[in-house]
Amino acid sequence: MKRHPTALALVLLSSGLLQAAAHAADAPSAPPKAEINAAVGTGATFTPPPESSIPDDEFGKMIKLGRDIMLDTPKYAKAYVGNTLSCVNCHTDAGRMAGSAPLWAAYVNYPAYRSKNKKVNTYEERIQGCFMYSQNGKAPPLGSETLVALESYSYWLAKGLPTDEKVAGRGYPDVAEPAQSPDYVRGQKVYDAKCAVCHGADGQGQYVGGETVFPPLWGDKSFNWGAGMGSYKNAAKFIYANMPYGMSYSLTPQEAWDVAYFMDAHERPQDPRWQGSVAATRAKFHDTKFSLYGIRVNGKLLGDTGAPKKR
Amino acid sequence: MRRINKSTRWVWAMAAIGSICAMPAGWAAAPPEAASCAACHGADGMGNAAAGYPRLAGLPKQYLADQLRYFADGTRQNAVMAGMAKPLTAAQIDALAAYYAGMKPKGGSAPAPSAAVAAAGERLARRGDWDKGIPACIRCHGPGAVGVGENFPPLVGQSAAYIEAQIKAWKDGSRRGDPLGMMHTVALRMSDTQTQDVAQWLAAQPLTLKPSTAAKH
Repeated sequence: MKRHPTALALVLLSSGLLQAAAHAADAPSAPPKAEINAAVGTGATFTPPPESSIPDDEFGKMIKLGRDIMLDTPKYAKAYVGNTLSCVNCHTDAGRMAGSAPLWAAYVNYPAYRSKNKKVNTYEERIQGCFMYSQNGKAPPLGSETLVALESYSYWLAKGLPTDEKVAGRGYPDVAEPAQSPDYVRGQKVYDAKCAVCHGADGQGQYVGGETVFPPLWGDKSFNWGAGMGSYKNAAKFIYANMPYGMSYSLTPQEAWDVAYFMDAHERPQDPRWQGSVAATRAKFHDTKFSLYGIRVNGKLLGDTGAPKKR
Repeated sequence: MRRINKSTRWVWAMAAIGSICAMPAGWAAAPPEAASCAACHGADGMGNAAAGYPRLAGLPKQYLADQLRYFADGTRQNAVMAGMAKPLTAAQIDALAAYYAGMKPKGGSAPAPSAAVAAAGERLARRGDWDKGIPACIRCHGPGAVGVGENFPPLVGQSAAYIEAQIKAWKDGSRRGDPLGMMHTVALRMSDTQTQDVAQWLAAQPLTLKPSTAAKH
């Protein structure tokens, strides 16, 4: 490129502007750059129908129940929930948001074979997994109102999508590999700076009038060791695209990996697929570097809490 | 009429003394500076809706103290409040914040807006508008927008005029100091109509949360 005096002046000017911007970044409230939502960058083109178009009939009632279960799971699916989380905590906007594991994308990809349980799963069976692990509860029976409602809602959201094809926006988008191995201490720094204001310094979330506002990230009231979020790779993807709330993609990939590792390096309810020992359970279900189950962190063997509690 | 014997009267008297002692510390000793606050924010701390002066009663102590500091150092720009806050010492800020945090909010809500405004405002408050990147108010300010912890103040009990002015102030940067810049980020994504709709709906909501049917823990 030909050098031009004006270009040089612009470069100098913009470096001045950069300095000004850097100074502004020192201000206590200078917001980090964030995308408007998780869908940005997923290439998603599908838009689920607006809620105002839910039919005003018996089927519509079931669709609405499914939506309500998503938004307040401990209230609308009480019998199957063993913690204080709701589906919406990991499926933004009641399962509508691309890049936040939208239900419409999942719906058109089932039945499917899952290595998690080594069989072809129906959509209902897939949702049973959410209740057993992410909700630390028990599987609603096939054909139960809870599963019928969630399936009806998902089917309705997926209106017009072809089945059994790759859908952009499914799951959580990939996050770049971290330059440095994910690290507890760095993760704690990210947590204290970016997460604790909502989830609490102790990770136990915040409640109002018995309702969860900010979900607990570890401990007895959080997801159990069998949940997808217990893979810190999966958690890093979720966090990068969706956290802090309303500030998608504002963390660096390294920050997302570090804080995901930090979250998943805490104790949580036992894996319900318990094999009698931590070692055996790890060997059968957690034999991946992305699970810290059965790994010693800060001198403590994670998952060493005995057999799962009966519910 | 039921006869009140001597011993019952004694019990009542003790109960009355007990209830005075049990009042929040701030009530027993209103800091002298609170007299200046009361002129605009009311003796009951519920503000003045017509003038757009906000409710202070029952807001989180940390939040109130932060705001006084922000007014003083310009993080939150407001000529009147800057003048009020600048002379305050740290101890005075602490005492005022504790006083108003301990006050029980009372009073009614604004009348409900038109059906169309109410529907749009409620939708935004409860569900947000994620296509525009706007999270629901209740996801951080709690069910019924009654406030959560020390950093997320109640929105109910504030007038539509105050809420609208604050969202605009977050948007233009004249109000800062929000954790992670969250409100600035959200406000930038809100249209004027959305701001007005949600402000009017919130102003019409009850002050306290109805007893919930959700699981207790």
